[in-house]
Amino acid sequence: MYGERTLLERVKVFSLFAFIPLFAFTAVVMIPFSLGVVMTFTDWAGVSTSITFKGLENYQIAFSDPNFVASLFITLRYVLYTLVLTNVIAFGLALLVTSGMKGQNFFRMGFFTPNLIGGIILGFIWQFIFSRVIVYLGEVLNLQMFSSSWLADPQKAFWTLVIVGVWQSSGYMMLIYIAGLTGIPKSLLEAAEIDGASKWQQLIRIKVPLMITAFTISVFLTLQRSFVVYEVNLSLTNGGPFRSTELLSMHVYNEAFLYQNFGPGQAKAFILFLIVATIAIIQVRAMKKLEVEA
Amino acid sequence: MQHKTSTVVKPDSNALLKTHPLKQKRKGIILFLLSSILFVLYIFPFALVVLNSFKERLDIVQNPFSLPEQFSLENYIWAYQTMNFPAAFINSLIITVFSVVIIIVFSSMLAYFLVRWKWRMNHFILFMLVASMIIPFQALMIPFVSVYGNLGLLNSKWTLIFCYLGFGVSLATFMYHGFIKNIPKELEEAAYIDGASKLQVFWYVVFPLLKPITITIAILDVLWIWNDFLLPSLVLIDESNRTIPLSTFYFFGHYTSEYGAAMAALVLAIIPVIIFYLLMQKQIIKGVLEGSIK
Repeated sequence: MYGERTLLERVKVFSLFAFIPLFAFTAVVMIPFSLGVVMTFTDWAGVSTSITFKGLENYQIAFSDPNFVASLFITLRYVLYTLVLTNVIAFGLALLVTSGMKGQNFFRMGFFTPNLIGGIILGFIWQFIFSRVIVYLGEVLNLQMFSSSWLADPQKAFWTLVIVGVWQSSGYMMLIYIAGLTGIPKSLLEAAEIDGASKWQQLIRIKVPLMITAFTISVFLTLQRSFVVYEVNLSLTNGGPFRSTELLSMHVYNEAFLYQNFGPGQAKAFILFLIVATIAIIQVRAMKKLEVEA
Repeated sequence: MQHKTSTVVKPDSNALLKTHPLKQKRKGIILFLLSSILFVLYIFPFALVVLNSFKERLDIVQNPFSLPEQFSLENYIWAYQTMNFPAAFINSLIITVFSVVIIIVFSSMLAYFLVRWKWRMNHFILFMLVASMIIPFQALMIPFVSVYGNLGLLNSKWTLIFCYLGFGVSLATFMYHGFIKNIPKELEEAAYIDGASKLQVFWYVVFPLLKPITITIAILDVLWIWNDFLLPSLVLIDESNRTIPLSTFYFFGHYTSEYGAAMAALVLAIIPVIIFYLLMQKQIIKGVLEGSIK
């Protein structure tokens, strides 16, 4: 059945099963990606028929743009804080909802809820919370820290993005850690208990080492997601105040579609791709080495 | 005698292992309380939005925690009409259903092809699909918009659906690929000998066996496509084509200071997902859980 010999037979099988999905994949991913690479080295914007080779000029323009460099550093800071907080909280939540208490499925559902709703809507919800509710609480309780909107202060606006990012993703990563925790053989934990290991020792010596796969996946996903975050950024802070919370994704979008700088914009987008790809590959490789068998 | 001692020793060792029942109970209560507090923290933004969606602007400004003075649906009626909710809902529904169905149909066929026909290029195809998953959309969007814009393909739901196939095919094919590998092919061969065509073998014999992974992929893709903002905002230009995230975005942008109506718009946008969640909670949690470890 699977031994087509003639070319015609092979073409038939291919067009039957593989042509349409591969055509869509090529048209939507491969071609724009290849053209994107061309764009970063030329002055071509996809419109004109003439192309001039510009070498690394677009990249030079990108790196000499102080707004881009600032955006790069804000993004790195954002990724770092979101990565750590999301995974610590998600792991904690997973421990909590696998402890065997009453209603743990209900709690799982609750913690996961933000992941059902798109970033645009989540950002608007929190815009209301930060600009109205928290300010109101600050006034009523007379707390200096909350009495003016965090969204109007460059330092605090950054933290609103982190808070919403962590709130949103931790429920998703919790599910990954639940999968990891339930995959640990019960017999191992019982044996440890008999040997007199405390709960804390069981956690550090048995659960964590056996869950490296879950950590690898969760850290990978958090990295990937937080590097390209756009929608919450758009609806919560819109990059403000004074472009202080303009994450890379928004910076690239504005550069291309607001200011029409296609070449440098695409170079910036490509830098984003290189960063994401490099970090993701290094992270997965490094963590694979830590994995142990039960 | 021997027998007697062992029955005496056994309950003793058990008592050593298990913590005192009272202590155990107290621990359970503490964990439950902790979870409840966290649950409230995760849900309170939604609750506040719902609460304020029934209030007038002034009431919201004065106290976002107060209960509505009278239960009025005015905000909802206005938001429903102004954001043209029914049209946005239908657009979202059409785009999501068509996209998810074609992703499932074509990815499952492609994966079947890649597993069963062991041509040399099939390894390469699978590698390209997997490798492409690391590309952030931002690295594609500038060339994508210029090329598709020049070809006059933007501003159509069907282009958007085609795009979702192109972007969705890699993960779905990868997941199907892992699943199909473990299916023995004897059944298929029997059907083939009985005179079934290749397509019939796939649809009647193989595809029904893929049900669990199909549900997982469908859930991940529904959540992704229903909530997506950036891609539709680039493709769908006409107001009549707007999806729910898009129309919420434009509505909110215009009526930022009309808090009551803005909150009502957010609730309207959230309702369909929450209904979907309540109907499918088990499959959603399970689907995301399995999808995340594949």
